Amino acid sequence: MTEMTTTLIGSGAAKATEQEAVRVSQEAAGDAEYTFSVEGLDLFYDQTQALKNINMNIEKNHITALIGPSGCGKSTFLKTLNRMNDWVEGCRVTGKIQFEGKDIFKEVDPLALRYRVGMVFQQPTPFPKSIFENVAYGPRIQGISNKKELAEIVEQSLRQAVIWDELKDRLNESALGLSGGQQQRLCIARTLAARPSVILMDEPTSALDPISTQKIEDLALELKKDYTIVIVTHSMQQARRISDKTAFFLLGELIEFNDTVDMFTQPSNAQTEAYITGRFG
Amino acid sequence: MINALALAVRRAHRNEKTARILITLCGIGTALVPFLIGAFLLLKGTDTFFVFHHSLGEFLFSGVWNPSDTAEGGGHVGAAMFLSGSLVTCALALVLSLPLCISTAIFMTEIATPRTRRLIQPAVELFTGIPSVVYGWIGLTVLVPFLRLIFPMPFGFSVLAAGCVLAVMIFPTITTMAADAMAAVPKTWREASYGLGATRWETIAHIVLPAAKGGIFTGIILGLARALGEALAVAMVIGQMKVFPTSLFLPASTLTTAIASDMGGAMEGGEYSAALWTMALTLFLLSFLFIFLIHRLNRASDLKGGK
Repeated sequence: MTEMTTTLIGSGAAKATEQEAVRVSQEAAGDAEYTFSVEGLDLFYDQTQALKNINMNIEKNHITALIGPSGCGKSTFLKTLNRMNDWVEGCRVTGKIQFEGKDIFKEVDPLALRYRVGMVFQQPTPFPKSIFENVAYGPRIQGISNKKELAEIVEQSLRQAVIWDELKDRLNESALGLSGGQQQRLCIARTLAARPSVILMDEPTSALDPISTQKIEDLALELKKDYTIVIVTHSMQQARRISDKTAFFLLGELIEFNDTVDMFTQPSNAQTEAYITGRFG
Repeated sequence: MINALALAVRRAHRNEKTARILITLCGIGTALVPFLIGAFLLLKGTDTFFVFHHSLGEFLFSGVWNPSDTAEGGGHVGAAMFLSGSLVTCALALVLSLPLCISTAIFMTEIATPRTRRLIQPAVELFTGIPSVVYGWIGLTVLVPFLRLIFPMPFGFSVLAAGCVLAVMIFPTITTMAADAMAAVPKTWREASYGLGATRWETIAHIVLPAAKGGIFTGIILGLARALGEALAVAMVIGQMKVFPTSLFLPASTLTTAIASDMGGAMEGGEYSAALWTMALTLFLLSFLFIFLIHRLNRASDLKGGK
């Protein structure tokens, strides 16, 4: 239909369409300064409201830390960003989340969203498969079956997760035989292999020892050059060490959202100050 | 006073000792029963070979079944048709029921809401409680005429009928085992799979089923063991003709149906009786093999799952 109109009316109209396309893409690029923009987000589990009127913009190639006491809604918020809450029974969302300028509840298919917005969980969750198959899982789901291509993606992802040297000779071994820290980095590699642009991390180091934690933190800092990272953490020190922006949640509300440096040196909210100085939480 | 206390303590120790001895005896005694049965079967079942001098090859592979019902012997003890009848009906039952078992297990663990699950689970378990004679009778009155109606078969009594009845009988065993194994797959694996953009079906096919493989195989073997050992229900619908199971639509016999129908008439100590005992021994050895396989499988999956 569009094609026919173009031919009939001639080059003038075609040019106009072209111009419009440029305008639209510029607009999209303008929006995409923020990877996510969240407007008036409310989330309910049955009758309980778990998130109340959240408004925030998450910037590209930044690490955004979500902090707050247990049950404050930070993990729930994180899981909303790639619609993992879809699987939770009785979960209902109102408001708007735009991912790269598109409404994730209306304009983006949830599967496509999860291809682009990967997730790393609190407990390392390697599948009971070989190391290679773990990393190749995402690409395979996306329909890549060429052996050589898969091998390339696996190597690249493991290199990005800085675990290639440790694992390159063990690709066919079960991933369950790895240490906790290695498993978590393998899971990060598995997430990277699906070619996301955002990585959501849900307390990725809370089950790990200090040395593994440091490796994951270094990795996050390295990855933010190419990815947008949103990390939920219980550790104030961790938020301070690695994040550019910090969001403080309390009882389902976003209390304060600011540059990490400012937030930890001069919090503007009394509750934030109380939390980060360790008076509750 | 002190005396009474000492007495009580002594009595307590004595009771403790008695209880331990009693329980140990019961435990050992129960564990011994299958070994005693095995020993008895070995004793009776090997007469065919050592008293009546038939070869193992004849028993397993010959189709000539004509044992003499005397202590002198001299007949033929080829049990290949019963053996093949048993194997064919079991395999058929498995082929018929496995897709349904796996589907039901997937439905129960992955798709059904908790309320539906609470409804289906007891229904599936109820299957196990129905006596085999009931299965056989329903097979006889419903299935056999039905099969005769829709397939080109002379009697309705057939290998197919036996396979169908057995399929229903092993359904709960395999389904329950498979569902338990799938439910035991950690939720975190499913979430990780969803997080990578997998659909529910992709998650089931690539994560849940492979992880539950061990439990599903155990279910299959238990189901096969039940199918192999079932005599009554099979005897009621298979037609019990002493022929090889050459067609799904014709009657045949199995090890169990042959034993059940002929043991009463065979003279104790005769060749006929010895041949039947050998068939019983074969059944025992096959179940033994099944149990052995289950243990091997479980150990293999323990090794793979362990750190």
